[in-house]
Amino acid sequence: MNKKVIYVKNLVKKFDSFVANDNLSFEVSEGEIFGFLGANGAGKTTTIRILSGLSKPTSGEVKVAGFDAYTQAEQIKKNIGYMCQKFSLYEDLTVKENIVLYGGIYGMKKSLIKERLSDLLEKLHFQEYENRMISDLPLGLRQKLAFSVAVLHEPKIVFLDEPTGGVDPITRRQFWETIYETASRGITIFVTTHYMDEAEYCDRISIMNEGKIVALDTPEMLKKQYNVSSVEEVFIKIARP
Amino acid sequence: MKRFLGFVKKEFLHIFRDYRTLFILFGIPAAQILIFGYAVSTDIRNAGVAVLDLSHDEVTTKLTDKIMSSGFFKRTETLLNYNDIDKVFKKGKTKAVIVFEEGFGKKLINEGKASLSIIADGSEPNTATLITNYTTAIVNDFTTDLAGPSRNNSLRISPEVKMFYNPGLKSHYMFVPGVVTLILILICALMTSVTITREKEFGTMEVLLVSPLRPIQIILGKVTPYFILSFINVLLILGLSWLVFGLPVKGSIILLLAECMLYILMSLSLGILISTVSDNMQQAIFISLIGLMLPTVLLSGFIFPIENMPKIYDYVSSILPPRYFIVIIKNIMIKGTGIMYIWKETLILIIMTLVFIGLSVRKFKIRLE
Repeated sequence: MNKKVIYVKNLVKKFDSFVANDNLSFEVSEGEIFGFLGANGAGKTTTIRILSGLSKPTSGEVKVAGFDAYTQAEQIKKNIGYMCQKFSLYEDLTVKENIVLYGGIYGMKKSLIKERLSDLLEKLHFQEYENRMISDLPLGLRQKLAFSVAVLHEPKIVFLDEPTGGVDPITRRQFWETIYETASRGITIFVTTHYMDEAEYCDRISIMNEGKIVALDTPEMLKKQYNVSSVEEVFIKIARP
Repeated sequence: MKRFLGFVKKEFLHIFRDYRTLFILFGIPAAQILIFGYAVSTDIRNAGVAVLDLSHDEVTTKLTDKIMSSGFFKRTETLLNYNDIDKVFKKGKTKAVIVFEEGFGKKLINEGKASLSIIADGSEPNTATLITNYTTAIVNDFTTDLAGPSRNNSLRISPEVKMFYNPGLKSHYMFVPGVVTLILILICALMTSVTITREKEFGTMEVLLVSPLRPIQIILGKVTPYFILSFINVLLILGLSWLVFGLPVKGSIILLLAECMLYILMSLSLGILISTVSDNMQQAIFISLIGLMLPTVLLSGFIFPIENMPKIYDYVSSILPPRYFIVIIKNIMIKGTGIMYIWKETLILIIMTLVFIGLSVRKFKIRLE
């Protein structure tokens, strides 16, 4: 549990004079579920873009999966998975075609893609859907599949950017079971969410406000520290002082 | 490379699964060629003409027969007096009335002079002008014949007009190059901008950018299928215009295809540029259609000659790529010229392509930052 897969020290990201990330420092361990919370505009997206190799930090030290964010963005991209709130699957392609496409993009061998495909279909009881279009699937299934595709190439870290937006509570619950299962395989989960009940499921959470990390600890410790009974109350106390 | 090919394959799947895309790609060009070639013809064939013959003699009968047998006209009605002219025009089928004055034949033979009026329906100015020109030509011809050798002594210059490159003055010589120009820029720019903004809108672009695919691979992967399909489109249009209208390619077919490829490339990079400035598909469609279709039809020299436009439109038109491609394609197809005469236009298209690509890359980078 102690191997660090994300290492961020004194990260600063500026857009002209606007400071989006102000001196962030944190570490995330292998297999950890790390919740990344904050109000809209707090700077979460900027941090995720830097961590996923899409944009370069202005200053500070950033290492993801052991690679440097300034010089090894390509290496970082190979070792992470990504799923965002909007759907990351192509609706006019079948389940199988989507999986083959993403497997191919990540440079997986054909035999390996085939193997993972049948594992996946079996695990999710998806066999009958193999040749169905994504647009024919119910929302919950699509989301599970999108997540499975994001971890298809067994990345070291998977970034989930509000993965459960617009989904009913039962499906969300099931989705989190999948997340737990994935984390137990040693894949680090870096998740942003607006649902505070989901924050309770995380191993550790950080809360951002105006470009700074204002709290970072396990949900239990934070609740104790602020003397409240839920993460939601912690969040409200911090974000709206 | 394998990653790239998988990505290209996916793009083909998108295209072949979407009937609307397929229709726009292949249905519209074929329809345009046929519509422009047949319906929007500026030639005259079987135009309705009525005759008001107040003289009824040998000469008028002969002249009427000559006019009607020319193939350009079809006799609709025979009128009896002037009041009928208005009525017959209102019925719609008649586009012109030929009026012979009373005693036409006698006057012509005795006085050497007789008058004939051609009254045309001015509500359709183009047709009216054409009909009067054609009729005048036939009448002149007739009088020359009638005069015969007996009036040889009077000096007379008879100019013989010849239309070089297009002896029959067929309008599809003008329309086919124009349609190729219009279709290619519309389809390439529209399709590329829509397909890229679609990825943005559905959130799949984010996922692609986070993947090990490089941005340049993503863009190339998206436009490669359109490049191939547009090229097939060129072959389709040229084949169709050859089969249906018998329009040949006078110059080098290889040069023509190479120029088409350049033009497709230019249109695709324009499409990429449009996609970098538009946030959603509606915006991309709007910019492509309004921003490209109207100027191409009106200002590129497709239909209206640039030389006749006010200077200001001339300047506006000089930033439109279609203007240069029309010159290129007309030269190769109809005049049969080689690269020597069109290198300037070709160079301009190459520069435009590079500028569009350069601007897109810059825009794209800013977005990534």
